[in-house]
Amino acid sequence: MNQTISTLDAFLAHAHELEREAVERYEDLAGQMEVHNKPELAELFRKMAAIEQQHVDKVEGLAGGEPRTLAPWDYQWQDPESPESIPVGQGHYRMNPYQALSLVLACEERAEAFFANVAENADDPAVRESALQFAAEEREHAELLKVWLARYPEPKAEWWQDLDDPVSQE
Amino acid sequence: MNKAEPLVSRYSHEDYKSTVKPIWCPGCGHFGVETSLFRALAYLELPPEQVAIISGIGCSSRIPAYTQCYGFHGVHGRAPAVATGLKLARPELTVIVTSGDGDAFSIGGNHFIHACRRNVDMTLLVMDNEVYGMTKGQPSPTSPADWDSKIAPGGTGFSPFASLAVALASGANFIARGFSGDPNGVARLLVEAIQHPGFSFVQVLSPCVTYRPEERFWKKTVHPSSVESTNDPAVAGHRLLSDDGFTTGVFYVGNRPCYSATVDTSNHDLRAIEEDLAL
Ligand SMILES: Cc1ncc(C[n+]2csc(CCOP(=O)(O)OP(=O)(O)O)c2C)c(N)n1
Ligand code: SF4
Ligand SMILES: [Mg+2]
Repeated sequence: MNQTISTLDAFLAHAHELEREAVERYEDLAGQMEVHNKPELAELFRKMAAIEQQHVDKVEGLAGGEPRTLAPWDYQWQDPESPESIPVGQGHYRMNPYQALSLVLACEERAEAFFANVAENADDPAVRESALQFAAEEREHAELLKVWLARYPEPKAEWWQDLDDPVSQE
Repeated sequence: MNKAEPLVSRYSHEDYKSTVKPIWCPGCGHFGVETSLFRALAYLELPPEQVAIISGIGCSSRIPAYTQCYGFHGVHGRAPAVATGLKLARPELTVIVTSGDGDAFSIGGNHFIHACRRNVDMTLLVMDNEVYGMTKGQPSPTSPADWDSKIAPGGTGFSPFASLAVALASGANFIARGFSGDPNGVARLLVEAIQHPGFSFVQVLSPCVTYRPEERFWKKTVHPSSVESTNDPAVAGHRLLSDDGFTTGVFYVGNRPCYSATVDTSNHDLRAIEEDLAL
């Protein structure tokens, strides 16, 4: 789907929501990892939340405050969820750093594709310029993440298998 | 949707989320439902203290602890009864029941039917994962007949409970289905359900990634309805009974009269109620 976001206001509203939801989801995942005694992954997701929060602040700086919000279903995302959020359903209690970073990398790549698509389809030069800047930043993040990811060994194909059944939660 | 567009919403996720961290398994669909619920409440600009979230028992029923709204973590299957009493005593509150397929359709099946029939103005949100998640993976009334599990090798052999059709036949006034992997779509259904007068039933397909890992693929199975909702129960009934169970959208928006008698609580302070109970 091609993104037709025609005004700078609408663009900033999208950029803000995309970054805000990324923070929200990373915070949620950090909490999940704490609950499941995975402090290393909790720290990783908290770090990502802090990075994305800087983007929220940056968008607010550009917009001169919090941009207007749309109804959740009126944002023009290409998927059911905003591009920089790890989709609901992709978490796993046996997640490892390699897998977590792969999910984060996919977020950055989706965000870059989103902004590039907006730039490509924008008539307004201000929207195009901003979108290109955001895309470049996401690309930079993706490159850094690839370096980070290379530090971890790729897990065995069936990393999620648990020989001991999950215990009851109550 | 009746709402004047604000420049900036007064509420966000943070206003509804409590500091209690969910103990759901990472990847559980219920996380998506929680997100949808908070987005719907924020869209409607409902102050947390004007919302009551009532639940039964199950992983899905843990939601009240995870919100800043008023909540009541009730007895297994009985949440609609608690919610009915609350709504009649405090009609100004937005009352939402959060439940699971076991809670709402198994032990709570009778309450479900009569809550639909009474048509009190509240919303029932059922997170349907076709399994009892909390008690470690037993088949529920919505499990497919041939779902092979340790407790029912080869499957139970029973037809799944057609919850939306039962809700329609029992008198619910708004009937919809969503998928937890589409939190914005579910938020929209919840907004419509809350706004619509009477008893609204929203079934959300919400994968249990631990005991039904194959449900992770529901994201490929669900498909949006290709037709508009109807206010004709016969049309809705035909659609629901011929549906594959994975169509999302609003099926029925009725105009059945809702039960609106309220309970006069003015002469009943807590002490008087306690004294009555002691007798
Ligand atoms: C009176 C009573 N009977 C049985 C139970 C055991 N029990 C706890 S949760 C549950 C099933 C919950 O399933 P569901 O509503 O589908 O929720 P899920 O965990 O799948 O989200 C059962 C049978 C109980 N807590 N109380
Ligand atoms: S057992 Fe299933 S329903 Fe319960 S939290 Fe885990 S994934 Fe969710
Ligand atoms: Mg269940």
